[in-house]
This record gives sequence, C-alpha cells and structure tokens, in this order.
Amino acid sequence: MAENNNKNSITNIKIEVKELNFYYGQVNALKNINLSFIAKHVTAIIGPSGCGKSTFLRTLNRMHELYPDQRIEGKAILDGKDIFEMDAMELRSKIGMVFQRPNPFSKSIFENVAFGPRIRGERNSNKLSEIVESSLIKAGLWDEVKEKLKASAYELSGGQQQRLCIARALAVNPEVLLFDEPTSALDPIATAKIEELIVELKKIVTIIIVTHNMQQAARISDNTVFMMLGEIIESGSTDKIFTAPNEKLTEDYITGRFG
Amino acid sequence: MSLFDEDLRKLKSKILEMGGLVETAIRDSVRALVDRNDNLAYEVIKKDHIINRIDVEIDEDAIKLIARMQPKGIDLRFITTAMKITSDLERMGDICVNIAERSLEINREPILKPYIDIPRMRELAQGMTRDALDAFMNKDQKLATDVIMRDDEVDDLKYGIVEELLSIMMLDPTKVSRGMKITFVAQSLERIADHATNIAEFAIYLVVGKIIRHTTYTSDKV
Repeated sequence: MAENNNKNSITNIKIEVKELNFYYGQVNALKNINLSFIAKHVTAIIGPSGCGKSTFLRTLNRMHELYPDQRIEGKAILDGKDIFEMDAMELRSKIGMVFQRPNPFSKSIFENVAFGPRIRGERNSNKLSEIVESSLIKAGLWDEVKEKLKASAYELSGGQQQRLCIARALAVNPEVLLFDEPTSALDPIATAKIEELIVELKKIVTIIIVTHNMQQAARISDNTVFMMLGEIIESGSTDKIFTAPNEKLTEDYITGRFG
Repeated sequence: MSLFDEDLRKLKSKILEMGGLVETAIRDSVRALVDRNDNLAYEVIKKDHIINRIDVEIDEDAIKLIARMQPKGIDLRFITTAMKITSDLERMGDICVNIAERSLEINREPILKPYIDIPRMRELAQGMTRDALDAFMNKDQKLATDVIMRDDEVDDLKYGIVEELLSIMMLDPTKVSRGMKITFVAQSLERIADHATNIAEFAIYLVVGKIIRHTTYTSDKV
C-alpha cells in the first residue's frame, strides 16, 4: 500500500486549516474545520452526499467566492501564507483543481495546456511547446496525443479529456492539486488510469481528492478524512481508517451501514 | 502493473523469508540433538521471536491489502491463504523450539541409540516445507500434490521409531525418560510434516480455487 510517512508529517505540512467555518446565507456548511495536509501525500476526503466535502475542497482555492451570500471564517495556511489573504491569481497557480466532469476549453489540445502559461505572460513558442509536452507527459497523455496536438480537445475520450485537464492544471507548476470526484463520469478502465496517475503525481505535488467512492479513497490515498454534516468526524492514515477507525460513525460509514 | 502488484510482491517475499527461517529452525533443532550441539538449540530458541514478528507483520499487511484493494480472484485467494500459511509456519517455529528444548535435555544424558530415522524424518519434513512453499509461490499443483503424498512416509517413519523406542523402554525402565523425549521429537517432526501438508493444500486451493482439506484428495479429482 502507499507508504505513510507519518514520521515526517510534523515537519512536512503543506496546508494547515485552522478553525474554518463557512456559511451559505444562514447555513453553517463547514463547522470548525481543523486539518493538516501533508506535502506530497494523497489525502482523500470521504463522506455522505451533502457532508460539505466538495465545499471544503473549493474553499482551498477560493472557488467559494464565486457563490453569492457566502461568508468564511478561519485560516488556511499554505506554506506560511493565508490562502484567504493571497492574490487569487497567485493562489490558483499554486493550487490547481480538476473537476468531476472533464471541462476542456473549446480549443486545440495544445492550446488547452498552453492556456495557463499564456495568460501568465509566457510568449516564447519554444518554451510553450516544452511546457505542453512535459505537462502532457506527466499527465500520461503525451503518447496518445503527440501526433494531433492541433485537434480539438473535444475529439478525445472522456478519460483522455480528464487527463488533458490534469495536464492543463500541471502546466502552471502547481504545488497542490485538488480533485473533485475526478472519475465519477469515467468508465472503470479510464478510472484506473486516473488513479494510477494520481499516485504517480504525488511525487511532485500534494494531492487532495474528494470522492464518493470509498474504495477509490482506500486504493489511492495515504490519509483519509471522514466528514459528516459539515464536520470532520475522523482523520488519519488510510490504513487505520479502513481497518480500525477510532469512531463508530466512521466504522458504520466505511462498512456501508449508512450513507 | 496494478497499483498493488508491488505490495503483493512484498507480501510474497516476507512469506519466503519466514519459510527460510522455519526451514533453518527445523534443520538446526534436529542437528542440536543428533550432533549433541547445545549452541544450535539455543540459536533456534533465540530466533523464534523473528518468526513470530514476521507472522504478525504478514497478518497486518494482508488485512490492509484486503481493506484497500478489495482483492478478487487469485489475488483474494493469495492474500487469504497467505494469512493461513503463516499460522502454520508460526506453529512450525514453535514446534522447533520444543524440539530444541528436548534436545538440550537429551544431550545431558548418555546416548540411547544412534539416531538414524530421526535425521531421515527431519530431511523429509524440511523438504516438504520447502517444496510446499515453492508450490505456493509458483502455483505448482503437481509439486503440492507430491508434498501431500510424502506425508505418509513421515508417518511411517514415526511409527517405526515409536515401536523401536517402546521395545527399548520395556526392556530397560532406566531408559524410559530418554525414550519418551525422543518419542516426543519424532512426534514433533510428524506434526511439522502435517503443517507442511496444510501449506501444500493451501497451494492447491490457490491454483484451482477448491478447498481440499478434510477430503480424500487425489490430483485427478480436483
């Protein structure tokens, strides 16, 4: 199973969330979240629908600011800097996101990946080509698309589109990648490829993945967080959570007794 | 390459490591008796905790693998039988400790008779252990079947030894204490061969997916 370097966890925290509360209007959707994410580990967030796991993930690159009538309290520290006080553009180059459904732009494969570096000012076409190639290689897509970089991204299969979105996120050298149920629209083969890719990518980035597929969390994560009704019920090493969790609620959830 | 192939490979190598330690324990515990070498007996007793530790590690690793990979088919059979096989290996280690302890006692007394069949039993039991594990690792049904068949030879040797010792003890009651202890060693070696047979049966389950324990197994019936 994935190695758990818990020994190093104290010195290797990439994001530390402190007393985070989030409100939609009057609804307290996230309640006093305290959590640390270890660098270059995969952390999975699981929990029943509506538990706040996607909402929480979105606060980490401030996607929540796009919603009306919302309010956030608390801190999320990325390498010593509070995410909620950083420049949003800078933040999103450090923390990339991959969504449930592949959402490539209506552009060529090349332009999809080059998009991020371009809007950040990269004009040198050789440099852009290099970035596109290395990002597609990291996303495990290069061999499948290298002959047709000018083709529309929509010509790719769903699984390929999702890997293209991962390449697009990687093109701006993020330090953290957020995955919001990245395989829920994919078939089992495409899912397995994305899972293998995520395990491979943790060598270079810190990964946080929200998944409603508990088995997926068990397969690919080093640490697991179990949430319910906007609260963290338990977090710990995936080995522990899936073999002997401390909380009865966690045990009931992972054994399929509710949720 | 699946995400868990590397973990399965690690599990295999731990089982092999444990098997190697048990083979050494079988060899040395009997050598301690036959060569009247107390040091070998102490070595066997001292090293048993390593076997116990690996037994626990393999159980923990297997449980984590089941929780995380939801194994199916041959992966499921491999992981579940690995857990059972290590219970057999762990018991074999304990039995070797018992043989080593008896050897230390027997070595303090004059030789009752030259050891002839005990080393032969040891050779058979050790060979069965090695081959049963090889059969398991290589999914070799033929070799596993062969191990199961060899168990009868070990049983026959034990009955021969017990009968011979019985007649010695009946003729001279001063030899009862030594005779009993050597009987115990023969009985222990027979138990070791039984555990090796269990492992061979698990190897067959791994290959064909059919549990053959407590049946009259012949290879063509599976």
